[in-house]
Amino acid sequence: MEKSRPLWANPLQFVFACISYAVGLGNVWRFPYLCQMYGGGSFLVPYLVMLIVEGMPLLYLELAVGQRMRQGSIGAWKTISPYLGGVGLASVVVSFFLSMYYNIINAWAFWYLFHSFQDPLPWSVCPLNDNHTGYDEECEKASSTQYFWYRKTLNISPSIQDSGRVQWEPALCLVLAWLVVYLCVLRGTQSTGKLEQLANPKAWINAATQIFFSLGLGFGSLIAFASYNEPSNNCQKHAIIVSLINSSTSIFASIVTFSIYGFKATFNYESCLNKVILLLTNSFDLEDGFLTASNLEQVKGYLASTFPGKYSEVLPQMRNCSLQAELATAVQGTGLSFIVYTEAIKNMEVSQLWSVLYFFMLLMLGIGSMLGNTAAILTPLTDSKVVSSHLPKEAISGLVCLVNCVIGLVFTMESGNYWFDIFNDYAATLSLLLIVLVETIAVCYVYGLRRFESDLEAMTGRGLNWYWKAMWAGVSPLLIVSLFVFYLSDYILTGTLQYQAWDAFQGQLVTKDYPPYALAVIGLLVASSIMCIPLVALGTFITRCLKRGDTPPAA
Amino acid sequence: MPDAENAFKVRLSIRTALGDKAYAWDTNEEYLFKAMVAFSMRKVPNRETTEISHVLLCNVTQRVSFWFVVTDPSKNHTLPAVEIQSAIRMNRNRINSAFFLNDQTLEFLKIPSTLAPPTDPTMPIWMIIFSVIFCIVIVAVMLLIFSGIRQRRRKSKGPSEVDDTEDKCENMITIENGIPCDPLDTKGGHINDVFMTEDERLTPL
Repeated sequence: MEKSRPLWANPLQFVFACISYAVGLGNVWRFPYLCQMYGGGSFLVPYLVMLIVEGMPLLYLELAVGQRMRQGSIGAWKTISPYLGGVGLASVVVSFFLSMYYNIINAWAFWYLFHSFQDPLPWSVCPLNDNHTGYDEECEKASSTQYFWYRKTLNISPSIQDSGRVQWEPALCLVLAWLVVYLCVLRGTQSTGKLEQLANPKAWINAATQIFFSLGLGFGSLIAFASYNEPSNNCQKHAIIVSLINSSTSIFASIVTFSIYGFKATFNYESCLNKVILLLTNSFDLEDGFLTASNLEQVKGYLASTFPGKYSEVLPQMRNCSLQAELATAVQGTGLSFIVYTEAIKNMEVSQLWSVLYFFMLLMLGIGSMLGNTAAILTPLTDSKVVSSHLPKEAISGLVCLVNCVIGLVFTMESGNYWFDIFNDYAATLSLLLIVLVETIAVCYVYGLRRFESDLEAMTGRGLNWYWKAMWAGVSPLLIVSLFVFYLSDYILTGTLQYQAWDAFQGQLVTKDYPPYALAVIGLLVASSIMCIPLVALGTFITRCLKRGDTPPAA
Repeated sequence: MPDAENAFKVRLSIRTALGDKAYAWDTNEEYLFKAMVAFSMRKVPNRETTEISHVLLCNVTQRVSFWFVVTDPSKNHTLPAVEIQSAIRMNRNRINSAFFLNDQTLEFLKIPSTLAPPTDPTMPIWMIIFSVIFCIVIVAVMLLIFSGIRQRRRKSKGPSEVDDTEDKCENMITIENGIPCDPLDTKGGHINDVFMTEDERLTPL
């Protein structure tokens, strides 16, 4: 009789775990950016369509597989077909890559959180230069929030080639972040994480992708969670609930983010105006307080006509202040979280309180996602007899956390942020699409849709709606294939990959090409997870051939 | 006189600084300014005899801005800029407060102000908070590990022992016959399905 599998105490815990996994940083920093780029409210249309057509069916599929097979991703897919153990392995590999780089975000959140207990907030003022006559040059050229992010937090190098040393402050925060994750997974891995990824233009492509990655499909985390379910659990209902809550959180986060954008844009616009006013007042010795925002244009015209020579001297220094331009600067990712939001926060009343709350929220989201991720790695490990017979659970968790922490120290180096961007952009995109595609095809055509349907009926006592069958068998795989084709062609067409590097002298980001070894790392990241699938299939085929000396039947 | 060798331009932003309580800039205020400059110069060794009449203002604009020089007692030539600069820098606070202004609203162009260095505590605040959280987490980890080891030892001694599954992060428990068991228990699943309850706390068939 099989060893009794640990269970969730009640279905609600499972739902909360899934939500905690699915709702993560992507809801906060990716979705609002997409909304802004693709027409605001109208982005919701492709998003909701993709949610219903792609997100929910695939989420339900993963939960159903986990609940039916009652094992982590590797075991579950091996049960479906011995040749498909590679799918589970690929999931674990991708999860491993994710856990390597994801926790550095939590480390940064901790760093900012600890620095929020100061007055004034350290990112709201520029430090002084050496002889105390003015402010630091880099800080003047950029802004104090950018300076704090690029110089104080990351101590970023000018390009990916200049590695620099490991910075001990973020390294400490990383160690702390891993300790917190270890604390939570020490005895049992039940939380979920969230994942988000992304690529390029086209609102529908992005909506499809956002839904896909936002729900965390393909990592094996959902399978892991569902494997701890009662077989009779109504995972169909839960799949719908989790995906709806995930999307509502994204939409809610967008509302908040848009108000932050608006606040920041207004504030910057007004400071810009004030700078222009000051410049004109000083150059033409106008009466102090005479120039205001309302009469600025009039006075500019008057000055241009009365003192044309002097005006043309001053003109190059005057910036054209536009509220539209400020609003149009949409940012995503770490830039949004650590630069834009901090800039908005520093101008609020009681900024320390908002700062603490905000970074605490980021930490909650980030740690929630990390736990889900670690679950994806630990569940197959603890399921496997080989590993769990030699080491107790605490040791396995500890080892995984330690290895990830040590590798994660790479991201605390001076060039760490560039490597972070590489991992963030490439570690999980193509691989996940392929993994989920193979999963869908495996369940529908290899295991057999009818067989799976009767399994589910026997398990949950409820029949399978025609809608799910249609999606699993036809629509979702087609959608994934088209996404995959789009991604590939986009990468091929763009040619050399480029990245944004911080130039300390100019105080802004510049575009540079990746050196060859960075491109090799990218290729390796994508290939290593994808290759698991054919390699394991091949391996199983060969072992069976050798064992039986005969062509084995297809599973 | 503007742009003369030892002349300095001064710029005041009274309305920006004081808003409604702004005072008008008139000849009396100019007199006060001259007095403050003379006062600053008198503090310099060798220049104790500087009088208010030695300070000359000109080109007063509506801004309010003007140029000034300080002449020597013979009124033949102006005092070197370096001396004036250091004198003003040393008494900047007094001059500012005489006019209810600060370094940004009472500007002496070409005389940079010394900015106050930020107070640097001996131990950065973030380190303190970090150390606190770090210690708490380490303690919690140790507790969990040791309680896990103890449970396993107790299990190997007495298999029918009942254990608490405590820990806030531990959110799954197997219930057999209504008794919570430790997830590390590898006893194998003897499940009595007579005890199937409505909220399905037991594993069903």
